[in-house]
Amino acid sequence: MRKVTFPHMGHSYIAFKMAMEEMGNEVIIPPRPGKETLDLGVKYAPEFACLPYKVLLGTYLQTVAKGMDTIVTSGGVGPCRAGHYAHLHQAILHNLGYNVNLICFEPPKRHPIDFYRKVQSLNNAKLSISSIIKLLKRGWHKLKALDHMEKLSHQIRPRELKRGTTSKVYLQAQRWLDEARTHTEIKVAEAEGVKAFNDIPQDSERKVIKVGLVGEIYVLLEPASNLEIEETLGHMGVEVERSLFLTGWTVDNLQKNTEELMTVTEAAQPYLPELIGGHGRDTIGHTVIYGKRKFDGVIQIAPFTCIPEIVARTILPKVSKLHDIPVLTFFLDEQTGKAGMVTRLEAFVDLLKRKKQNISISQTATTLN
Amino acid sequence: MIAYLGVDVGSVSTNIVVVDDDNNVLINLYLRTNGRPIETIKTGLKEAASMLDPEVRIAGAGTTGSGRYLAGVIIGADVIKNEITAHAVAASILVPDVQTVLEIGGQDSKIIIMRNGVVTDFAMNTVCAAGTGSFLDQQASRLNIQISDFGALALESNNQIRIAGRCTVFAESDMIHKQQMGHCIPDIVNGLCEALVRNYLNNVGKSKEILTPVVFQGGVAANLGIKAAFERELGIPITIPKYFNVMGAVGAAQLAKEEIQTTGETSFKGFAVTNMPYHTTSFECDGCSNACEVVEIYQENKVIGRWGNRCPKWDIV
Repeated sequence: MRKVTFPHMGHSYIAFKMAMEEMGNEVIIPPRPGKETLDLGVKYAPEFACLPYKVLLGTYLQTVAKGMDTIVTSGGVGPCRAGHYAHLHQAILHNLGYNVNLICFEPPKRHPIDFYRKVQSLNNAKLSISSIIKLLKRGWHKLKALDHMEKLSHQIRPRELKRGTTSKVYLQAQRWLDEARTHTEIKVAEAEGVKAFNDIPQDSERKVIKVGLVGEIYVLLEPASNLEIEETLGHMGVEVERSLFLTGWTVDNLQKNTEELMTVTEAAQPYLPELIGGHGRDTIGHTVIYGKRKFDGVIQIAPFTCIPEIVARTILPKVSKLHDIPVLTFFLDEQTGKAGMVTRLEAFVDLLKRKKQNISISQTATTLN
Repeated sequence: MIAYLGVDVGSVSTNIVVVDDDNNVLINLYLRTNGRPIETIKTGLKEAASMLDPEVRIAGAGTTGSGRYLAGVIIGADVIKNEITAHAVAASILVPDVQTVLEIGGQDSKIIIMRNGVVTDFAMNTVCAAGTGSFLDQQASRLNIQISDFGALALESNNQIRIAGRCTVFAESDMIHKQQMGHCIPDIVNGLCEALVRNYLNNVGKSKEILTPVVFQGGVAANLGIKAAFERELGIPITIPKYFNVMGAVGAAQLAKEEIQTTGETSFKGFAVTNMPYHTTSFECDGCSNACEVVEIYQENKVIGRWGNRCPKWDIV
């Protein structure tokens, strides 16, 4: 039996685990990236590789020690070096004496036959094609339910009466969804989760500010890689809306362009008319949209040395000025400390709160006049 | 009479101020932290208490700086604020129409853009300390001159020489090269000041709209060479406020005053805290793969503060 692992990206492992297991593979669950993951990754990765590269390499080294023999991951479209990462990871693992197999999925709309072959090579349970399609649909259902839970946590955390309640409920909801295997079970677990979130005692009077989170996909989706920025902001009384979810990204890469992606591209058009790889253009487009939707601010997070995000970063001051929306950027690497990040976040939140107060004061002043 | 206490515990210095209700600074102390923040806070508070008019009652206390949480739990602060907000608040009360704040401290440097008394943008150095006080400290000791003489020496310079200041290590190589070529010390010192300013404006000040009045504060503002270099580079006059080296603490005191207006009563424990014994311990939490190193601070035998934890598990309610 194949012993597979895959990158740890937020809660998505719960859905991948189900799909892999039902196709007849033993899953070595990737551990949540921690100190050990990063230490291993930094030790064996090229120095100037980005944070996601190092985290993934560390993850593979941790799972190979538990007997993992196959990596399942994705390639990439567009000129971002992440498209080559899987093969470089495999080469480094080979040099270290681990002969692991690599199954690297490319976007199916571009490489349909390749996609089919790779699915079959994981199909050790010899499922029929229709069963595989059903299984993928169920995995998709689960992933959407998980994203739904995360969105609720972003909305409720800044309003919770007791600090930490939302994070606990979110963890519990993930466990419920992990156990759910059929469509009905997933539906029930999702409904239970929604109920648990709604039962959290909230302070409806609290003045909550709204921040959009943009940037590179891995550091956006894996809280361990961004020093739990969403949770930290939530505890500061900030409602976060994240520009990217795995279900959203997959839709963009599976079907014809979704309406949302079109508008993001259109929004970015005056500033960045080209696809520059990674999520650089999305970062610009989402910032414009958050500005139009009158958000209080935008935070960009990206791995240190990430070219698409560096390009976006140099354009953002203009977007920020024209749309009157403050923007704060974090470039993350293994050196980034939580204390420094908290200091900057606190100052940014102060800025947004004072700006909002002033607006409401000047509005009252005009109405009084 | 009532007054407010502000404490700024930074990497290099610990500053303590007492500000009265009309924004007069009654006491300002600038002490070296020397890597012993608890000791420094205690001796500083003792000194402040002995200097303070017994008629003055502390109506509120605030802390800031990288050691703000530590200082906050020790003194019982009403407000614990990040240094960016504290510096901005201080600049706006001492120079009311300020639009730009340049702040250079021991290991960090920031730029704060303000419009109509409100912060609209800011930046803080991230990966590099080449634009901070520590950079100058390093170079001064390599040249074997006192850091306090640095600024005056720079002003004696007659020739402009360009030193690569992107990185402290390369700056040293370049500086040695300039010495071998026969340049005199004042020119080299001035070159270093310009290198720091260039670095600051290219890193921290990148794409920020610098408008007058510009206020320059933080420990490095004592250096006249840097001030002159800023003025040459920006082509506008720079104001150095009277209390430039304790501005963070002034801001913390002001923020405490604002906080008290809503809460009504201070949680300041009084100057007696300086007589209490404090000690810290740490442990690694095994709750998840984060393996957070949690630091605990004890006042006598009671835990008064914990930090380092990423989740609220170890929060003290």
